[in-house]
Amino acid sequence: MNALFEFLLRQGDNVLVLGHRTSEWCGTAPALEEDIALANTALDLIGQTKLWLEYAAEVEGEGRSANDLAFLRDAYDFRNVLMLETPNEDYGRTLMRQFLFDAFQVHWLTALTDSKDSRISEIAMKSVKEAQYHLERSRDTIIALGDGTELSNKKMQAALDYLWPYAREIMLVDDVDEAMHKDGIAPLPSEILAPWDALVKSTMRDAYLTIPDSNFVHKGGRTGQRHTEHLGHMLATMQVLQRSYPGATW
Amino acid sequence: MVTVDMPQVGDIWSWLEAVPDPEIPVISVVDLGVVRDVAWQDDKLQITITPTYSGCPAMSVIAMDIETELLKRGINKLEIKTRIAPVWTTDWLSEKGLAKLEEYGIAPPQAAGEPERCPNCKSSSVEKISQFGSTPCKAQWRCKECLEPFDYFKCI
Ligand SMILES: [Zn+2]
Repeated sequence: MNALFEFLLRQGDNVLVLGHRTSEWCGTAPALEEDIALANTALDLIGQTKLWLEYAAEVEGEGRSANDLAFLRDAYDFRNVLMLETPNEDYGRTLMRQFLFDAFQVHWLTALTDSKDSRISEIAMKSVKEAQYHLERSRDTIIALGDGTELSNKKMQAALDYLWPYAREIMLVDDVDEAMHKDGIAPLPSEILAPWDALVKSTMRDAYLTIPDSNFVHKGGRTGQRHTEHLGHMLATMQVLQRSYPGATW
Repeated sequence: MVTVDMPQVGDIWSWLEAVPDPEIPVISVVDLGVVRDVAWQDDKLQITITPTYSGCPAMSVIAMDIETELLKRGINKLEIKTRIAPVWTTDWLSEKGLAKLEEYGIAPPQAAGEPERCPNCKSSSVEKISQFGSTPCKAQWRCKECLEPFDYFKCI
């Protein structure tokens, strides 16, 4: 196993899967401004995907391109965390998922700017500015809706309850992380837990939402061991063109 | 022996000043700060560009427009490279570009993170409609004086 390749797939697949999920709102969001915000967020994430997967393809050295990795791998080869493949369901869950991810990503990418691998540090420097902008919006919106009407508060609480068991998979540590850490390429994801926790706690307090009292974590996404059934359905849509017309270009 | 006509780098920069940004055509790709370097490598011209946002869909159009403009000027050995570091920032917009943005109706970026005034009536009484706008680099604001909505070039 090439640990660096695995690491890069995890970074790229997280933003690819969330980017695609978020783009599913395009044209159907609850308000025009939100539609535009979601589409632009998705666009940033897909742009970041390109940077990660191009590097992953180079490191793998098997002649595959970033497009090949995105459109020709099957669900079990994806390395995104499970939370990001969960269906959008409603607007509340979409925003809560974005916030829980942004709260990690801003700290994580900031740490990666110090990577000994200059390519990773460059990608992190480019992406972190966008992640900060996303966090600003997702945090404000969580608070506005949590501290909104009785109904909006109820929906945001339901979203938090549903996503909570998924939220911390991204900070679990395995052999790939140990190898990256040893080589000075990345910190251990578990190092992000404290700042993430503090940000999530203060945000939920301001939003009048209660963090579930459970330490259970769904896992298997970032290792590729077990994805949810939702990922396959999502890929069926995302990859249909390249699957039906292999090699199509335009 | 073949003499290759290699225009001065300074001339090439001034030609690129005539290549408009595809999404905000009042400013050039040079004003926008996406052209980072122009250099001759033997008889091949190398242009280095950088994306504003990592997902900016205009990048491939910008590369094509640069190529078309330089072909017209007789440069046919050309390579356009993309690099992401150092990271593009709104600080790289030229003074001329900032003035043109406002003239066009787009409030230029401010370090404070908010537009200084309405590009239409110049009132400083403005409010945010959305953090995002018609392109990745813009947000939507509204003037509380003349009531016109306007684009604000996000500061990053
Ligand atoms: Zn006005």
